[in-house]
Amino acid sequence: MTAAPTGSAFLQLLVAGIGTGSIYALIALGFNVVFKSTGAMNFAQGEWVVMGGMISALLLASFSSIVVACLFAVLLVAIFGLLSERLVIWPLRQPTPLLITLVSIGLSICTRSLVMLALGKKPVGYPGFSDAATISFGGVNFQSQTLWIVGLTLAFLVIMHYFFERSMLGKALRAAAADREAAAIVGVKVESMVLMSFGIAAFAGALAGVIITPLTLASYDQGAVFGFKGFSAAMLGGLGSLPGAVVGGLALGLLEAFGSFYISSDFKDAIAFAVLLLILFVRPSGLLGRADVVKV
Amino acid sequence: MTSTPLTSETNLQQKLVPKILEAEGPSRSKFAARRPSNHLWLILTWLVLLVVPFVASNAYVISLANMALINLILIASLNLLMGFGGQISLGHAGFFGLGAYASGILNVKLGLTAWLGLPAAALIAATAALVIGLPALRLRGHYLSMATLGWNAILVVLFNQLVDLTGGPNGLLGVQSFSVAGIRLDTELRAFPLVWLASLLVMLAILNLLGSRLGRALRAVATNELGADAIGIDSFRTKLLFFVISAGMAGIAGSLYVHVNQYASPETFGISGSILLIVMVAIGGSGTYWGPLLGALIYTAVPQLLLDYEDAELMLFGLGMLFVLIVFPGGLASVPAAVMGRFEPKERL
Amino acid sequence: MTATLLQVEDLFCHFDGVTAVADLCFSVRAGEIKAVIGPNGAGKSTLFNMIAGVIRPSAGQIKFDGERIDHLPTFQRARRGVARTFQNLQIFRDMSVLENVMVGRHMRSAAGVAQAIMHGPALCAEERAIAATAIDLLDRFGLADKAQSKAGTLSFGQLKMLELTRALACEPRLLLLDEPAAGLPHAATDRMGEIISGLNRDGMTVLLVEHNMRMVMSLSHDVLVLNNGRRIAEGTADEVRRHPEVLAAYLGEAEDA
Repeated sequence: MTAAPTGSAFLQLLVAGIGTGSIYALIALGFNVVFKSTGAMNFAQGEWVVMGGMISALLLASFSSIVVACLFAVLLVAIFGLLSERLVIWPLRQPTPLLITLVSIGLSICTRSLVMLALGKKPVGYPGFSDAATISFGGVNFQSQTLWIVGLTLAFLVIMHYFFERSMLGKALRAAAADREAAAIVGVKVESMVLMSFGIAAFAGALAGVIITPLTLASYDQGAVFGFKGFSAAMLGGLGSLPGAVVGGLALGLLEAFGSFYISSDFKDAIAFAVLLLILFVRPSGLLGRADVVKV
Repeated sequence: MTSTPLTSETNLQQKLVPKILEAEGPSRSKFAARRPSNHLWLILTWLVLLVVPFVASNAYVISLANMALINLILIASLNLLMGFGGQISLGHAGFFGLGAYASGILNVKLGLTAWLGLPAAALIAATAALVIGLPALRLRGHYLSMATLGWNAILVVLFNQLVDLTGGPNGLLGVQSFSVAGIRLDTELRAFPLVWLASLLVMLAILNLLGSRLGRALRAVATNELGADAIGIDSFRTKLLFFVISAGMAGIAGSLYVHVNQYASPETFGISGSILLIVMVAIGGSGTYWGPLLGALIYTAVPQLLLDYEDAELMLFGLGMLFVLIVFPGGLASVPAAVMGRFEPKERL
Repeated sequence: MTATLLQVEDLFCHFDGVTAVADLCFSVRAGEIKAVIGPNGAGKSTLFNMIAGVIRPSAGQIKFDGERIDHLPTFQRARRGVARTFQNLQIFRDMSVLENVMVGRHMRSAAGVAQAIMHGPALCAEERAIAATAIDLLDRFGLADKAQSKAGTLSFGQLKMLELTRALACEPRLLLLDEPAAGLPHAATDRMGEIISGLNRDGMTVLLVEHNMRMVMSLSHDVLVLNNGRRIAEGTADEVRRHPEVLAAYLGEAEDA
């Protein structure tokens, strides 16, 4: 029986958990935004994460500043997300959640092979945003990139919060997500809302990708794992709930960090899925979600 | 029509339909149960398939045919659950693997003959589906797909990590083939009749199920659970039943796979495999009876055609799926009817 | 002395801080047509859904033929003989008209998986019988010529008829009709009334929720009036029509509007 982690190990695990948790939160956020506006599970979410990381590595050759390269990469992927929506979602005659989910499967496959064909199979990476790779605090060393991850995620969440709560566009998106017909009646262009949700989701995914790449490298086949862990986090927090994405992401990150301390790292990946199953069977509405009401 | 109606049918007719048009008796036979034509087509197609070993230029082509028929069992059983039942399972490759490993391990570790391994594989896969399905199917549709996803992922970890049992990432080696009357079915040619027969029986079972009250109940539940509840259908039990049946069929495919190839490795049975199966169901024609045949053909033929361009294979599947979903939601199977302008049952989507 | 088929006792329904139904007691006698009416928001739909099994009551009992059913899921109530139609129609649009009615016969057969897969002569015979019964029912309601068409191609009025046909295929003892006249033009409403009346003459017990007063007054043996989740009147159509509280409920509402 492994003893509980001591002070510095505990801190290290905590920080690592919050770091990965933030990434999962971003992915889950993107996932939830699309779920809210279409009712569908977006399988392409993870691919956008990989795209972000790989494109920024590519752009680094042209731009000397990592931050600028990352910014452009995120914007490019966001545009790719918008394009994807117009090409494969918008033409659907009967955009039911099931159909959009299936289409997103096709989209994820195409996106992944596009990345593979265009950007190669070799994993790529770049240094973190700070010059110093590690920092010391409280007698513990951690990656400075982790602080960037947490900080940027927080900043993004704050922006999202203001967007959805205060801006007209954000409210329109929420309205369209809540009730398409009612929103359409008051003049909201529902199709544009779906388009926007894809753009936001791609942005969030790419952001996650560019900030995690210094720690994990980016490679074309990681998309699936990122995507599925993001789903788990979204489920954990409550499908469709934006604060739930944050709670679920952090919870999952911490569970993985502390879980791999006790369980061999071979089974680490299984933690996310075991958590997923547990949530589904015990409390499918997630930590923050409401139980669904059946209406006739 | 000389069949005697069941008692309750007679009661209904007496109670509510007093002056029915008895005179129209014979003409009503045209509305009788499912047209026999589907059964006929099935037999005919399989008779044509029997020709394959004779026209094949080499053993490799026959091995492709064997794989295509095993894939057919997988795709058809997934289509039953997904196309007709409206439930997305992202764990079908997992049940395939469970059947393969179950049958293989029983053979390698316990010396059990493949003929016992086959029903064991079906049973084990079906039981696993029962265990997962009981909690998962009580929830809305997308929750089932997530649960099956998680389940498949955990299975792959187990396949990889339980090295003593499964051989780990290097795979399960030394699996014996089926044998009939002392002859081992260990060449492609000899394995073909078995795979041919098994796939025929599975397709027949699916056809019969669809043409029965259970099949109607499944489609009703898939379309409209509220409506199905209102007429006395236990939606939960119906979904669970077909989830278990489709998993059992995947288990059968697994057993065939492991004894024909005499080998199994974890990477065949992962989530990407499950996703590709869904893609094939969609391309072939989700919710159509013949779609899976087309899907299996494409699934097996395309990688062969693209041998030099392996990297493009994935892109092609992805584009194919997108194209089908957007332009031909009924899949390839609906193309002939669409072309002829007739009305074809559209997808459950 | 006719038997009580449906009994509702002390029924309450609260949700989201609202009391939709309170302290409700009434019964439906076998062989009668009972209508439930009331202004919008009176709780008719909630009551209906509680009897049908879509919503669980917060308190109280619902008894069908002496047996408590309020804790049973919808499909088990259907198996005991309670069939319903839907205001918003829950037709299986992708299945043919014939299949919609054949599915209604689901409960009356016990063929299991093994029999289905084997598809022996007994099963084939049963399938033919089911199809024949379905055709007969469609004949009766004027839909036989549409038997092979996909249900989604029918008009709204035809769909309402189809749903009724499907409900009847269940051989129910109690028929719950959710606004059968809603959305129908005048002539179709009269025809619907005739059909319900005809079914009742053949012995069917009917409980219906309805806004169309003409239909209610001409069809029902008994009328229950709800307002704000409570019973305010119960009796024959004439009695209820003259009841002061009923008038107040309807006219009062009109004044506020």
